Amino acid sequence: MAPTRDEQHWMYRNMVTSRRFEETIAKIYFEGKSPAFNMANGPIPGEMHLSDGQEPVAVGVCAHLTPEDVVTATHRPHHRAIAKGVDLDKMAAEIFGKATGLSGGRGGHMHLFDADVNFACSGIIAQGMGPAVGAALSRKMQGKPGVAVAFVGEGAVNQGGWHEAMNLAAVWNLPFVCVIEDNAWGISVAKSAATAVPTNDVRAAAYGIPGERVEGNDPFAIYEAAGRAIARARAGEGPSLIEVETYRLAGHFMGDAEGYRPEGEKDGLFEKDPIPAMRARLLKDGAASEEELAAIETESEARVEKAIQFARNSVDPAPEDALTRVFAA
Amino acid sequence: MTKSNERKLTIARAMAEATAQEMRIDPSVFVMGEDIAALGGVYGNTRGLLDEFGAERIRDTPISETAFIGAAVGAAQDGMRPLVELMFVDFFGVCFDAIYNLMAKNIYFSGGNLKVPMVLMTSTGGGYSDGGQHWQCLYGTFAHLPGMKVVAPSNAYDAKGLMTAAMRDDSPVVYMYHKGLQGMGWLGTEAGATVHVPEESYTVEIGKAKVVREGRDVSIVSVGMGVHNALKAAKKLEEKGISAEVVDLVSLVPLDRETIRASVAKTGRLIVVDEDYQSYGLSGEVIASVTEHDISVLKAAPKRVAFPDVPIPYARVMEQFCLPNPDKIVAAWDEMGALQPA
Repeated sequence: MAPTRDEQHWMYRNMVTSRRFEETIAKIYFEGKSPAFNMANGPIPGEMHLSDGQEPVAVGVCAHLTPEDVVTATHRPHHRAIAKGVDLDKMAAEIFGKATGLSGGRGGHMHLFDADVNFACSGIIAQGMGPAVGAALSRKMQGKPGVAVAFVGEGAVNQGGWHEAMNLAAVWNLPFVCVIEDNAWGISVAKSAATAVPTNDVRAAAYGIPGERVEGNDPFAIYEAAGRAIARARAGEGPSLIEVETYRLAGHFMGDAEGYRPEGEKDGLFEKDPIPAMRARLLKDGAASEEELAAIETESEARVEKAIQFARNSVDPAPEDALTRVFAA
Repeated sequence: MTKSNERKLTIARAMAEATAQEMRIDPSVFVMGEDIAALGGVYGNTRGLLDEFGAERIRDTPISETAFIGAAVGAAQDGMRPLVELMFVDFFGVCFDAIYNLMAKNIYFSGGNLKVPMVLMTSTGGGYSDGGQHWQCLYGTFAHLPGMKVVAPSNAYDAKGLMTAAMRDDSPVVYMYHKGLQGMGWLGTEAGATVHVPEESYTVEIGKAKVVREGRDVSIVSVGMGVHNALKAAKKLEEKGISAEVVDLVSLVPLDRETIRASVAKTGRLIVVDEDYQSYGLSGEVIASVTEHDISVLKAAPKRVAFPDVPIPYARVMEQFCLPNPDKIVAAWDEMGALQPA
């Protein structure tokens, strides 16, 4: 089933918000990091993994989710967090390491937790699989509504933990969906050099569950595939696997020279940037007017600007607060 | 002679009883792990639960520790209270990411906005020639990493109360039970672990050590099986006219440093007994708790009776050579060069 007009607007808005957010983060990231690049310097220290280009996966899936549904994500989490409805002010503040951040600066950009919308991410490949399957188990045991979605990259399928969690979800028939964002690269190693099968949807056969591959980074096709999988999970029919072809327009992390990419690959990728493509499609289909799209873009920019200002204006945590909240209060 | 009002239980039965009592009053508690349902746990600690609570709440898992311990973290964050079994602590190698990177860190990474109320129960220890991948203790490995409470009962009374306390805790608790204390005859059970256990539900405080034998001349500090070795050594020392105090740590995280310090302040001498590897572990931490606080209380350099820094050997004679025992504790006293007490 195709997304409604409102859903299409929602999807475009969240794609644009994610992109503007990351563009802004990228600019600020280099503050204090020149002339010599030192990751520890500037208002946003540490590694930074941007998701430019992968926005369609997040919105195509999260369009079907409500705050009560559970999402786990990866070291590259911003697009999914935004689409899941994570508080953008607190998320920005967390990335800036401020006291007002989601966890008061204890987690950082790879460890964003927003219990209000059941979002969590973590920094190690395939790590979110177990917790998502566990959340699905919890809902089934409690008879509470809600499904769990684990977003992973295509490199995650070669981790033992990925397989274990898929098997557990299937053997217990849990309301779980694994969404593989196939951006073709595991840092510098191409998927073809790392994974024995060309596409990972076929791996679903190993668990006796449906597997689907979506080509072309197309938010509409992703929406439809995710809709089928999530409806199946909600109906108690068990887990599904979706692999989505997507593109990483940025490096693995900020500062990645990307020397491993074949020459010209990125030029081709920018031509396939999903945001202008979606914009053009909404206009062509008559799903949005130029004025509506401009309004969405202005709103998104304002939302990002507000979050960044909130983060910049927030105070640092008290250093000694590092010693608190190791255990539950 | 058994007193008529005594109700002696093994640690295995005490653990199962605590679990059953908590499951009756809290529907969010469930058990999962390998062979914990029909088999009742390899070490008997879930025996009888399947019959009462059914396969939904007493859930056998695939041999898939990464998945089911990771799933326990997700379920705990979502309102459940999983009691998960890692059959042998030695198996942590296949699933430690779920334990120390997720279970132990998610409360902190969420700034306290999440609770992770789960118990990871796991068997430790042995001494029955099961080789080096089936009976390590690894107390120090778990206690070293922040974010997990770690308990290790030496007897059935504590086992029941600690299990109830662990299941009610909103933070993750690693519950390390010792195979040689479980009351499974085939593992050569220590009789001293099978003690009176009240029928009603109760808790034993996590983070509180117990002085299990009062003494004047030396403090012997240990946990789990080491407590029984310490008590036997104390009897032997008594024959020599030495009065040994024995401290059962009960809990490794939080560590009750106050009780350790108070005991050593009284006796002036410290022997730490640990079945875990000697270096970088429990024994050093207990000694540091005293020395960095007030070294002046010590009348002699502290001693350790711990497992040497080698993988656990199979051959009976080699294995027993490495393990702490009462005679080694007595020898440690002798080596301290301590003055004979007045």
